[in-house]
Amino acid sequence: MVKKFISLSLITLLSYSAYAGGYRVAMQGNKQLAMGHTGVAVVNGAESVFFNPAATVYLKDKWSFSAGVNVLIADTKFQNKTYGWENETRNVGTPIYAYGAYKATDWLSIGLAVYSPYGSAVDWDKDWQGAHLVNNIDLKAFYFQPTVAIKVSERFSFGGGPIFVNGGVTFNRNVSRSMADEQGNKTDVTIEAKNVTAWGWSAGYLFNFDDHLRVGMNYRSKIIMKETAGTAKFHDVPAFGQGLFKDGTITAEMPLPAELSVGVSYEWNKWLFAFDYNRTFWKIYDALVIDFVDSPLGTSVNPRNYKDSSTYRLGAQYTVNDQLSLRAGWYYDESPVQDGYFAPETPRNDSRAYTGGLTYKFKNGLGVDVVFSYLHFSDTNNSYDYFNEDGQNVSFGGTYRSAVTSGGIGVSYSF
Amino acid sequence: MKKRYLLVLPALALMVSCKPEISEKIDSNTYYPGKADFSSYVAIGNSLTAGYMDGTVYKSGQSNSFPAILAGQFKVVGGGEFTQPSFADDVNDVGGLLFNGVGNPSFKTKMIINMSTGGPENIKGESTIEVFKQQKTAYHNAGVPGAKTFHVVAPGYGSMAGLAVGKANPYFVRTATSENATVLGDALSLEPTFFTNWIGANDVLSYATSGGEGVDQNEVGGLDPSKYGGNDITHVGVFQKVYGDITNALTANGAKGVLATVPDVTAIPFFTTVPYNPLTPELIGVENIDKLNGLIGMFKVILSSQGQGDRFQLISKEAANPLLIQDKTLADMSPVLEYGITQAVASGQFPIELTPAQIKMIAMSFGQARHATAKDLMLLTSKSQIGASLPVSTGSPVMDALLKKGVSFPIGDEFVLNTVEQQKVKTATVAFNTIIKQVAASKDLAVADMNDLLNKAVAGLRVEDGQIYTADYFKGMGNLNTVMFSLDGVHLNQRGYAFIAAEILRVINKHYEASIPLVNPAVYPGPVLLPTN
Repeated sequence: MVKKFISLSLITLLSYSAYAGGYRVAMQGNKQLAMGHTGVAVVNGAESVFFNPAATVYLKDKWSFSAGVNVLIADTKFQNKTYGWENETRNVGTPIYAYGAYKATDWLSIGLAVYSPYGSAVDWDKDWQGAHLVNNIDLKAFYFQPTVAIKVSERFSFGGGPIFVNGGVTFNRNVSRSMADEQGNKTDVTIEAKNVTAWGWSAGYLFNFDDHLRVGMNYRSKIIMKETAGTAKFHDVPAFGQGLFKDGTITAEMPLPAELSVGVSYEWNKWLFAFDYNRTFWKIYDALVIDFVDSPLGTSVNPRNYKDSSTYRLGAQYTVNDQLSLRAGWYYDESPVQDGYFAPETPRNDSRAYTGGLTYKFKNGLGVDVVFSYLHFSDTNNSYDYFNEDGQNVSFGGTYRSAVTSGGIGVSYSF
Repeated sequence: MKKRYLLVLPALALMVSCKPEISEKIDSNTYYPGKADFSSYVAIGNSLTAGYMDGTVYKSGQSNSFPAILAGQFKVVGGGEFTQPSFADDVNDVGGLLFNGVGNPSFKTKMIINMSTGGPENIKGESTIEVFKQQKTAYHNAGVPGAKTFHVVAPGYGSMAGLAVGKANPYFVRTATSENATVLGDALSLEPTFFTNWIGANDVLSYATSGGEGVDQNEVGGLDPSKYGGNDITHVGVFQKVYGDITNALTANGAKGVLATVPDVTAIPFFTTVPYNPLTPELIGVENIDKLNGLIGMFKVILSSQGQGDRFQLISKEAANPLLIQDKTLADMSPVLEYGITQAVASGQFPIELTPAQIKMIAMSFGQARHATAKDLMLLTSKSQIGASLPVSTGSPVMDALLKKGVSFPIGDEFVLNTVEQQKVKTATVAFNTIIKQVAASKDLAVADMNDLLNKAVAGLRVEDGQIYTADYFKGMGNLNTVMFSLDGVHLNQRGYAFIAAEILRVINKHYEASIPLVNPAVYPGPVLLPTN
C-alpha cells in the first residue's frame, strides 16, 4: 500500500538525452566529430582507439596522441497551451577525450582511451510544471579503455580491449505533484550515486580493399551500472511523512547500451569520405527500478521502454596542404524514446546534425583540431504518460523544441 | 594563421548558438477574452465561493478559493485586480471565528487528519479571526459562508447589531460596508464586468446536512424568508424571484457571467461516505449476536401485530449488517412496544429484568426505529455515532453494556437522510437548477453545471492529463493526491476548487468564445495531515 503511495513512480533516474538519442553524447574526437562523428573505417590518428581499435595498427607513426574538449550548449523550450505553461532550460556540458596509441611492432599496436560517451545535465526551474518527473539531473560516465590491435595483413586487422567505467548521477525530482511541507514547499528527493564502476569490452576489425577503400566494424558492449549504495535524501518533508520519506540507501541499475558501428571510407587524392552506421541497443532500458532500501517507499518502477535506434553519419575531409585539413559532416540521429515515454529529462527527438572543423598542424608537429556542430530538432508534441498518481497513470507533456550547439578544440601529436 | 585565432574559433561557435523557437509559440494571440471583459470580476455565492473548506475559512485555503484561481487565469486575458476578504488576522492559519475574543462551537478551527488517531479532527489551537473587527470593504470575492439566495439581497445581513438576534452572518459582518449593506450591493459597487454566481446550495443543502431537521417551505407555502429556520428548504417561488433579481442587478450594466447549479446530495461525500451497513459480525462481536437477535426477534414479534415487524431484521453472522436508525417519518410504535415489552418482562420471556421506567425509555427509543436500507444516506457525522455508548445510563448495567448506537440503539434521525427527506431535497434541487438554467438562457449567460459535473465525478471524471477525480471523501493514502473534497465532506479543498475553476474556464471558453488557459488541480494541496494534534 505504502509503496504505491505518493505514486513514487520515481523517475527517470539516470536517463538524459544530452546530445544524441537517449543519454549518449557523441563527441569522442574533434577530427571525427567534424566529419559527422564517422570513424569506424577511418585511419586518421589516435581517435581510432575509440572509433575502431583495429585501425590503430595502420597509423604511420610509432606514437600517436589526441585529446580535446567540447563545450556544448543544449537548449530546450517547453510549452503547453492547455495550461499556458512555458519553460526553458539551458545546460552546458563539457565532454572530454584523450587517446594514445603505440605501435609496439609492425603488427601489434596498443592503445589507451579515456572518454565520456554518456552524460550531461539538465536543470529545470525548481518546482516547474514537470517537477514530479525531474527538477534536475547530472549524469556522467567516464570510460577507460586499454586496447590491443593486431595486423593480420596489410588488408586486415582486428583489435579490442576491456572497458572500465566510472560513473555517477545526481538526480532531483518532487515526490508528487502536490506533496508539500507545512510551509507549502514542495517535497523533493535527491538521489545520488557516485563512483559506480562496471566493466565492458570493445572489439572491431578493419578491412582494406585497396589503397582507397576501407570497411570497418566496431562493437562496444552494454555495461550495466549497478549502484548498491546510493543515497536518497528528501527535502521539505511534511511532519506526517517523516517515517515514509526516510533518507537512506538506494539501489538501482542503469544500462549503458551496446553500440554497433559499421562504416566505410574512401580516400582519393586529397579527399577522404566516410560513412558510418550506428545501431544503439537501447531496448535494454525498459524501466528504471529504484529500491529505497531504508524507506517504506520500497521499490519504484519507472517504465522507459526505449527502442533500439540508428544513426546515419556522413563525413568528408579535404587536405589543403601539410598544415591544414578541412572537414565537414552530417548525421541523422534517431531518438530511442518512444511516444508516450517522452520525459523532460530526455527532452529531445530525432535530430539532424551539421558539423565542420579543421586541423592546423604547426611546424613542430602539433596539430590543433577545431570543431563546430549544430543539432537541429523539430518541434515535437509528446508526453510522458506513466507517472503514477494514486493508482492512475497521468500524462505530462506539451511541445518541446531543442537545439544543441557545440564548439570544441583538441590537440593531436604523433611521432 | 596565428595560434590565437584558432583558439577563438570554438568561442565564436558558441556565441552563434541560438535558442530554439517553438513554431506555434504561445504569444499575445494565443489567449483572448472572447466576448467577455474580465477587467472587474466579482464572485457572488456562499461558502463554496468564499473558499470555505475543512469546516471553516482559513487563510491558506482561502488563497485558493475558486474565484481567486479563476482571477489568476483571467489576468492572462486582461483580468483586473481581484480582492478577497482579509484573513490576515488568521495568524496560525487555523480558521474558526472569535466573537469579541470569545470562541464559538459553531465556528471551530479547520479540520485536519490526525495520523495518530487516523480521524479528522479540528486542529488544536485558538482562532484569531475576530468578527467584531470590521473591514467595511467591498471585495471582489463576495462569497459569504452560510448565505442562502435571499440573504444576498437582505439588508442588515452584515449588521453587527443583527448578529445578536441571529439576523446577520458573522462572515459578512466582517466585510459589510455598512449596517444596512447587502452582499449584492457591496459587490455591485465594484462595477463588475464579469461575474460568477454560485448561490442556492444552502437553500436546500442546509436541510440535507441537518439530516432533514428543518421545514420544506414548499410544503407550508412559506413565502417570507425572514421567518425561515436555518435548516429549511427555501420556497421555489422565493428562490425564483430573488435569483432573478440578483441576475438582473448583475447584468444591468451589461456584465457577462457564469451561473452555477446546485450539486445534488448524492454527489457530496458528506452523504455518500458512511455506508448504511458497516456492521460486520466482527464489529458487533459474534458472541453478542444471539443475545441481540433475541431482543430484535422480540421487537419484531411485538411490531408484527401492527404489520410493522419488518422494521427490523435479525443480525447476520456472515454478512455486513445495516445500522439501526431513527426515522421520524415512521408511525410511532412506542405504546405498542411498551405494552409488548412489559408483557414479555412479566412473563419472563425478556432476557433482562427491567423497571417500568426502563421499559418506557426503550419503547420510546425504538418507537420510530428501523434498520437502514441502501436507500438511506448516512451523514458523515454519523460515523462517530456508530458503536458509541448511550450518553445517559439506562440504569441497568446489563442494558448499558448491550446498547450501542447503530447496533442495538437507533442513531438519531438527524444523522440520516431518509428517502422522504431525500425526495424533498431532490425536488428542490431540480427546481432550483431548472430556474438557474432558465435565467441563464434568458440572459445568454454561461452555465457551469456543477450538479452534472459532480454527479459525473461520482463514477470518476477524467481530466486533460488523464487523472480521474472522484467525488469521494479522503480515504488515506489511496487518494491523497487526488481527493478534492475537504475534510468536512461538503466543501471542496484547494485542489477541488481548482477542479471547479477549470470547469468554469472550460465553460467560459466555450460560451464566450474565449481562450483562457486551464488550471491543473493536481498541483494544489489536498488535506492537511499531522502526526499528532
